[in-house]
Amino acid sequence: MTLEILTPEKKLYSGEVYGVQLPGISGLFEVLDKHAPLVSALGKGRVKVLKDKNNFVHYSINGGFVEVLNNKATVLVEGAEAID
Amino acid sequence: MAGQLKEVRNRIKSIQSTQQITKAMKMVSAAKLRRAQDAIVQMRPYAQKLQEMLSNIVSNVEGDLNIKLAETRPVEKVLFIVITSDRGLAGAYNSNVIKTVKAAIASEYNTQFAKGNVTIWNIGKKGWESMTKSGYKTEDTYKDIFLDLKFEKVQAAAQAAMKGFENNQFDAVYIVYSEFKNAATQQFKAEQFLPIPKVAKVEGAKKADFIFEPEKETLIAELMPKILNTQLYKAVLDANASEHGARMTAMDKASENANELLKALKISYNRARQAAITTELTEIVSGAAALQG
Repeated sequence: MTLEILTPEKKLYSGEVYGVQLPGISGLFEVLDKHAPLVSALGKGRVKVLKDKNNFVHYSINGGFVEVLNNKATVLVEGAEAID
Repeated sequence: MAGQLKEVRNRIKSIQSTQQITKAMKMVSAAKLRRAQDAIVQMRPYAQKLQEMLSNIVSNVEGDLNIKLAETRPVEKVLFIVITSDRGLAGAYNSNVIKTVKAAIASEYNTQFAKGNVTIWNIGKKGWESMTKSGYKTEDTYKDIFLDLKFEKVQAAAQAAMKGFENNQFDAVYIVYSEFKNAATQQFKAEQFLPIPKVAKVEGAKKADFIFEPEKETLIAELMPKILNTQLYKAVLDANASEHGARMTAMDKASENANELLKALKISYNRARQAAITTELTEIVSGAAALQG
């Protein structure tokens, strides 16, 4: 699936990924390939981008939204930063 | 004669150094303009997606929405958020923004203004100085935004405005800024910020069977402030690009004018020099003639 992480200041991430873990308002959840269409609000926490099964990057966010449609996840966040 | 020569030479020197400054300022503005334009381009996907998300949700909702931030009530108290620059020497940029504010107040909110119910918040120092001097009620200022343009700082202003609207402190909020067209042209406008104009349901929007988490109404209530934040941020970015564009054009004109002045001065300098030489020659020749005679 394709993942895009957008902030008002720049495009943070864009590319093919295995899956992504997101801090939803009511709890952590994961979006994998061929997920059903979804719109969700995100809370403060960490976004974990799984490039493949063992390879991942973390971003800390202050909240935002995610939309999943046609195997494409778009994450809109404010105050996002990459953490190692 | 020699005194005049020196005077002209000094003027030429001073104009040359002024020109150097204006040229440098133009160059700096050009570089900053490029960066400001970049920021606008960078923000666009985010703003578009946000808007798209909203219309997706709205199209999936049956019936009317009840959003606090979209509530229209009789306008008693008005807030203007005025975006100007922190620095001058940008041609008519700042005065045009201020003119737009004054015109908007005079044409639509004269009665409210007479009652002292028009409040002005300033982003940018120049607007604050000018509006305060002309006796408008200027309250909060966000003077340092342009020093280090960050989304978070702009967001604070937007949130303060939303809070004021929700607490019935203001019944309408406008942003006055200059929209960036290109380096030479700006469009000055007063844009309605609150209440939010009605969101139209888009026909043929993605009617996918979305899972909404949390439910739609809450989502919309969460989404609205974000959209407003982005709207103000976009206005600030536009204003920033306009400022640099205006300064660039102004400085370009100034350099050109300096060039013209220099040309005229050089001609009068050469004339004065030639006149001095001619007088000197005549003096020598007539002196020699007197000796021979």
